[in-house]
Amino acid sequence: MAKIVVDGLEYEVDSDNNLLQECLSQGLDLPYFCWHPCMGSVGACRQCAVKQYRDADDKDGLLVMACMTPASDGAIISIEDEQARDMRERVIESLMISHPHDCPVCEEGGECHLQDMTLMSGHNYRRYDKKKRTHRNQYLGPFINHEMNRCITCYRCVRYYDDYAGGTDLVAQASHHHTYFGRHEEGVLESEFSGNLVEVCPTGVFTDKAFSEHYARKWDLQSAPSVCTGCAVGCNTTPGERYGTLRRIVNRYNSEVNGYFLCDRGRFGFDYVNSDARLTTPVRQVNGVSTAIAESQWQALLEEFTSGEVIGIGSPRASNESNFALRCLVGDSHFYSGMSDSEHGATQLILELARDRAFHSPSIRDIERADAVLVLGEDLTNVAPRIALALRQSVRNKAKELAASCNIPRWQDAAVRELAQHERSPLALLSGYATRLEDVASDSLIDTPAVLANIGHAIAAKLSDKAPAPVALASDYSAAVSRIAEQLAKAQRPLIIAGTCAGDVALIRAAANIARALHASSGQVTDLCLVVPEVNSIGVGLLANKDNLLSAALEKMHSAAVKKVIVLENDLYRRAGHQVVTDALASVEHLLVVDQLPTATTAKAHTLLPTTAFSEHEATYVNYEGRAQLSFQVQRNQSSAMPAWRWFSDRRQGNVEAIVNRCAEEAKDFAKLDDLLPDVKQFVAGMKVPRQSHRYSGRTAMIANLNVHEPKQPVDDESVLAFSMEGIPSMKDATILGAAWAPSWNSNQAISKFQDEVNGELKQGHTGSLLIERTDPNASYFAVDKPAKKGKKGALQVAMAYQIFGSDELSARSHSIQKRMTDAYIGISPEDAEALGLVQGDSVSLNGNGDLATACIRSRIKPGTAAVYCGDNQINAHSIGESLLISKSAARSDDRGISGLIVSDLYEEGY
Amino acid sequence: MYTLIKDTLLSQVRTLWMVFLKIFTKADTVEYPDVQPYMFPRWRGRIILSRDPDGEERCVACNLCAVACPVDCIALQKAETEDGRWYPEFFRINFSRCIMCGFCEEACPTNAIQLTPDFEMAEYARQDMVWEKEDLLIDGTGKYHDYNYYRVAGKQIAGKDKGEALNEAPPVDVRSLLP
Repeated sequence: MAKIVVDGLEYEVDSDNNLLQECLSQGLDLPYFCWHPCMGSVGACRQCAVKQYRDADDKDGLLVMACMTPASDGAIISIEDEQARDMRERVIESLMISHPHDCPVCEEGGECHLQDMTLMSGHNYRRYDKKKRTHRNQYLGPFINHEMNRCITCYRCVRYYDDYAGGTDLVAQASHHHTYFGRHEEGVLESEFSGNLVEVCPTGVFTDKAFSEHYARKWDLQSAPSVCTGCAVGCNTTPGERYGTLRRIVNRYNSEVNGYFLCDRGRFGFDYVNSDARLTTPVRQVNGVSTAIAESQWQALLEEFTSGEVIGIGSPRASNESNFALRCLVGDSHFYSGMSDSEHGATQLILELARDRAFHSPSIRDIERADAVLVLGEDLTNVAPRIALALRQSVRNKAKELAASCNIPRWQDAAVRELAQHERSPLALLSGYATRLEDVASDSLIDTPAVLANIGHAIAAKLSDKAPAPVALASDYSAAVSRIAEQLAKAQRPLIIAGTCAGDVALIRAAANIARALHASSGQVTDLCLVVPEVNSIGVGLLANKDNLLSAALEKMHSAAVKKVIVLENDLYRRAGHQVVTDALASVEHLLVVDQLPTATTAKAHTLLPTTAFSEHEATYVNYEGRAQLSFQVQRNQSSAMPAWRWFSDRRQGNVEAIVNRCAEEAKDFAKLDDLLPDVKQFVAGMKVPRQSHRYSGRTAMIANLNVHEPKQPVDDESVLAFSMEGIPSMKDATILGAAWAPSWNSNQAISKFQDEVNGELKQGHTGSLLIERTDPNASYFAVDKPAKKGKKGALQVAMAYQIFGSDELSARSHSIQKRMTDAYIGISPEDAEALGLVQGDSVSLNGNGDLATACIRSRIKPGTAAVYCGDNQINAHSIGESLLISKSAARSDDRGISGLIVSDLYEEGY
Repeated sequence: MYTLIKDTLLSQVRTLWMVFLKIFTKADTVEYPDVQPYMFPRWRGRIILSRDPDGEERCVACNLCAVACPVDCIALQKAETEDGRWYPEFFRINFSRCIMCGFCEEACPTNAIQLTPDFEMAEYARQDMVWEKEDLLIDGTGKYHDYNYYRVAGKQIAGKDKGEALNEAPPVDVRSLLP
């Protein structure tokens, strides 16, 4: 701790930080552009000038850049000093000389850091009478708009895109006042995290293209704190609604989970909520004819399912409440997780390991702190993208270490990078095909899952004598094994990552063995991150019985042992083989399906009930680390759709709070779920928290075309939030913080006003509660799996591949995501392609069963193996098997092809 | 005695005299609606949306009028033409709420929304006081004849390339090494 004096007042600050960061931590207003809480200082914009004095007698002082000056003990500075103010005003005046006078037609207007800073610095009129420099814009793909005229050359975009997110295709070009930020040639921005440019850019150069198509100003968006349902990380988001449709999603700060950044699936994959295809009324379907069910009969609907034996199939994409309500309705023994057999098994294994005291499930922030990482089999960029972004930060820990040894403060971003050059903390990737993290990896081994698991066991055996010995390993891996083992052993905070997506539990077991070996040698709790694919995989895994496999349920249905079945928000055709599901559903007497959008399963339903989407109900989800998080309702659903749990219980009674409390009481491991519910009593005079901003516009005209007599504001009995502007402003109580706003801070940079310090926790917020308690004493090592038998001659060993745009069921229904989706493809090595006479983009028949995929020849795939990406369930993953025979076939006419595919090792350049 | 007469009698006589003189002055009251009063151009009456000198809609759907409106009686939705021009998909004013304060006109960065001297807006049904864009949009420039927002703003639209707006240099060639 250090003491500094700012304008005559003394503050206690952290001397490891710079003056700007500490001033903001203290709640002082100091304008800045190029500094970002996550990216440190480069001193490019000169906007944060302050006066620093040598000592109390010094009356003249010296102008310094606050972001480039350490907050050392005894520093005396002045923000309000006349000269400093004047300097800041002149700086912004010079930044603004070419600004194009287009705020009214700029999507950033009203939440623009440049507008805020201009006002704060006091600049009004353009005195410069020469011409403004202009730039041509580029097409940057379906997500991002480019308007270069607005640029003030703060360099934040390239510092984020290249330095932080590892992109390669956005660069600063030209020089002096011609500096241009764009691609070398027009085209789609390749990074999976390009959407963050919208929030990183302090002005309107990069704006949200999808949002612009149905634009509303920030103050007009009705918003509430929500949780992304795109993958198992559970990033915190703020969706915004206007005129009844969901307009956009922006990041919501959570110090432990997503920090300041989201991936593009999370940011752009929401618009299925507005889809015309949404189910809106309960219907009975007989022979393909559907008839609506009258509201008076809704209550009777479920009575049929309250007696006798009923199978309830839950879903990893449904909330805890819905899964729990279904479990209550059908009983523990008849409740199934709804995951495929292999995934259910893997999830149960993960839960077993999650109770082990030897391990710790790292949050995203913990992952960023790891100084040696081993990834076993997971393609993180495509299954849990935010973790991949965190790994890119973890490899920089070496640079921070080097900086510390040279007495360079960590926030001196350019200096630290210059010092480290290409020195990185070790990141070893073991995968079936080249992943998007290869450019920062220290080792990248590519082989079949079985061999990778064996390599894992070999690493474990190197780390501890007690770990079981691996099966004989090819000699060319031995050097890598020793190197990785040594890196992990030397690390202060090693991290092992595995998961269910590689499709082989052997990898999870190998990962656990390595972590256990590390634990045995160091005695410390080891970070073991086990990734699952969907938003509530862990939640439904905790609720379902370990032995209740989906195949058993389908078998019971097929043999007509159980005649009544409820399927909760789940497309069974994605979970098991096509024929098996069709046969099973055909034998069911009464199939009740509850879902948001039509799927192959809803087409077979006898009774079909519509449910609300993530933004239309309050719900809790459990992320990969067992962290339960509460997502609030943002908008009202005007149709008959209800949350699934409400369909399953007496719908007139109870609210979310009741079912969360009941779940916390009755379900094992969910005891801490009710911690998430906000304490209503603390709010002043029973006031609610407004979903609408204090400057929400158009209330008396929005629906005046329908009826000029304004209706009463809709009352929300369900939650502590209100569908209106009235209530406690977030500046008074930020327990529930949707969109951050503070006086003079209209942009998302206002978040610093709500953090206890910059990059710290939110003052009154909740980071979620970790549900799973580690009670088990350290268990033993897993035995090494026997090597699998070789497949048929000429057959390719299969590894499943995923795509950030397309693998997730719901986001794949969004328009902007669809523009980036590719067809199902089969990734093969150039050698195999030559042998089979295939060229890039050829249509390929799989196993001769009618499944078609596009050939994708990749140089970093092992000959004899294939990476199969199923598209949006174009190919049924469960009918492929472990090995695959492929042949060339005629192309379909409706092919999307794979031309938009972004992988690092596509064989033919320029395809 | 003299003061008593001066304060009472004379005062009343003076008053009678002044009333008498008023018989010869012109009446202020006009026989509305047979006689239309003169309305000043800057009178704050019925709101219109104007067009720019090229005949295009001036409104760019920036939402500033809506947010400035103290009674929140303006609602609109932004849309965009092929060439990048913003315009309101719908623009609705609920005149039964409007207080004719003129804040919308003050907030408008493009001179699109203007208050006019017309005050005759009474309706029998309140619903008829909800005006849509078709009702609001006029064919002329209103009070401000010359201003054309897109000629000033740096955003490219059809017929105005980058670098052709007011005070703009031609687009930079980023591959040039010249200073």
